[in-house]
Amino acid sequence: MSERFFPDAMPPPLVDGTTLPWWQAAAEHRLVVQECSQCSHTQFPPSPICSECHSPERGWRALSGLGKVYTYTVVYRPIAAGQTLPFIVAVISLEGSGGVRLISNLVKVSPEEIEIGMEVKVIWEDMSETLSIPRFERR
Amino acid sequence: MKERKAHIVGVGESPYTRWGKIGDITEHALACQAILKAVEDAGLQMEEVDGLASFAEDRNEAIFLAAELGLSELRFGNMVWMPGGGGGCAAISNAAMAVESGQAEVVVVYRSLCQGQFYRFGAGGASTEAPTDPEPPSLQQANSLLLASMGLAMPYGLLMAAAAYALPTRRHMHLYGTTSEQLGLLAVTFREHASRNPRAVMGGRPLTLEDHQASPMIADPHRLYDCCLESDGACAVVITTEDRARDLANRPVEILASEQGTPKGYAFGPFTNANISDEIYATGGCEAMAKRLFGKAGLGPHDVDVAQFYDHFTGCVLMQLEDYGFCERGEGGPFIESGALAWKGGALPTNTHGGSLSEAYIHGLNHVVEGVRTLRGESTSPVDGAEVCLVTSAACVPSSAVLLGRK
Repeated sequence: MSERFFPDAMPPPLVDGTTLPWWQAAAEHRLVVQECSQCSHTQFPPSPICSECHSPERGWRALSGLGKVYTYTVVYRPIAAGQTLPFIVAVISLEGSGGVRLISNLVKVSPEEIEIGMEVKVIWEDMSETLSIPRFERR
Repeated sequence: MKERKAHIVGVGESPYTRWGKIGDITEHALACQAILKAVEDAGLQMEEVDGLASFAEDRNEAIFLAAELGLSELRFGNMVWMPGGGGGCAAISNAAMAVESGQAEVVVVYRSLCQGQFYRFGAGGASTEAPTDPEPPSLQQANSLLLASMGLAMPYGLLMAAAAYALPTRRHMHLYGTTSEQLGLLAVTFREHASRNPRAVMGGRPLTLEDHQASPMIADPHRLYDCCLESDGACAVVITTEDRARDLANRPVEILASEQGTPKGYAFGPFTNANISDEIYATGGCEAMAKRLFGKAGLGPHDVDVAQFYDHFTGCVLMQLEDYGFCERGEGGPFIESGALAWKGGALPTNTHGGSLSEAYIHGLNHVVEGVRTLRGESTSPVDGAEVCLVTSAACVPSSAVLLGRK
């Protein structure tokens, strides 16, 4: 198992048929973004059709896991049992993704240190045998 | 020829309380109470009502209310297809379209909300009770598109609206130097307005900027007093044609224009979607809609005498001030500092009832009620000679708005 950042809790993801493959890739520690097989438009959240060319032919582009903080919030109220506070939610601009951003957490950084534009990289947290969540740390 | 232009002719509400305080009657009974009051205020008979409309996943389904209220026939039952408070003015808009097209004669828009009886929004959705027999965490099936969308935010602990809307507000601070004190001044101003409003849950609780700055951080930059109340209550608004309005006792309020707007690729907005275009990420997402709204009415921001902005969070109001053209992009903070929003001496008296920050959180339909009262001269913070009132429903989420005019 990986290093744990939220050992007590964080709600598990709710998924449907469209978002499931993204979480399956995450379980293998692959950070991906949906890419249109016709026009190469990248999209997140995943969608059953390309919003640009409407093709249903969807593929997945593997990403480097590098990114930058686009915006963030430091949360001081628990949303799950036994949660360590505060924790940081951030929007990460993902390198090589065609401009896609991801909601995630910043870990191993104190609230005072965060800056918009800070360079970060993905770090995977295995919540169970079948569930891994991408978090981000400073690089 | 019958003049069918839509007018608001009645408003009403139940008592408003802190969330969980209304337990003696059901949320459903509260909806009936608000509708009865609004119809009585209009001077109409209940059998004249033939339309019911609501929004924000209201649990009080129109077909049942119609039966209980004894409507002769429900010709227009309508629910807005937008999450949360963004649908308030859209429900008014739908009601207006129904009466103008002849599908109905009298439509009541209502919203009843008893968070204590069901689910408290501010809690964020996850249980803070430790499970007694924990299973290893795994993927869970979402049974709606909205939940699948929420599912992409949940595992990061982004379930609380106060945290979600902190994201665009923090970006706004980064881009334009907006400060917590500027947000605080907005909250203080609305609380002052609430001090004259006997309906306001926080009417008797003065607030200073020092109080705001000393209040606990909920989700940076949102302190406690940057967040709206969580309330129990219901309110309702009656809409009919100009022709019918003419015979009624109250001064009718004309719906000059109404719009709804969800920008390209917006979906549920920044709550679950990090991929809103960069140009509008640190905005309320209402700018294009605002331009259409004013254009439709043949008016501009300078024509607005009083405004009721949807105030779930202070930063979302600040960004709306820019979206609706009351100041330049990035100038929302200095605009607030200028005192513009104050009832006394402000260029744009705003949220004269105290808003969701200080009157009550009824998913913003109480802002339409207050808009009507300001134009009838019945507000507890009256704006002399007010002829045009802007009412908005949400920001940073699919939104709607109306321009109301005094006849």
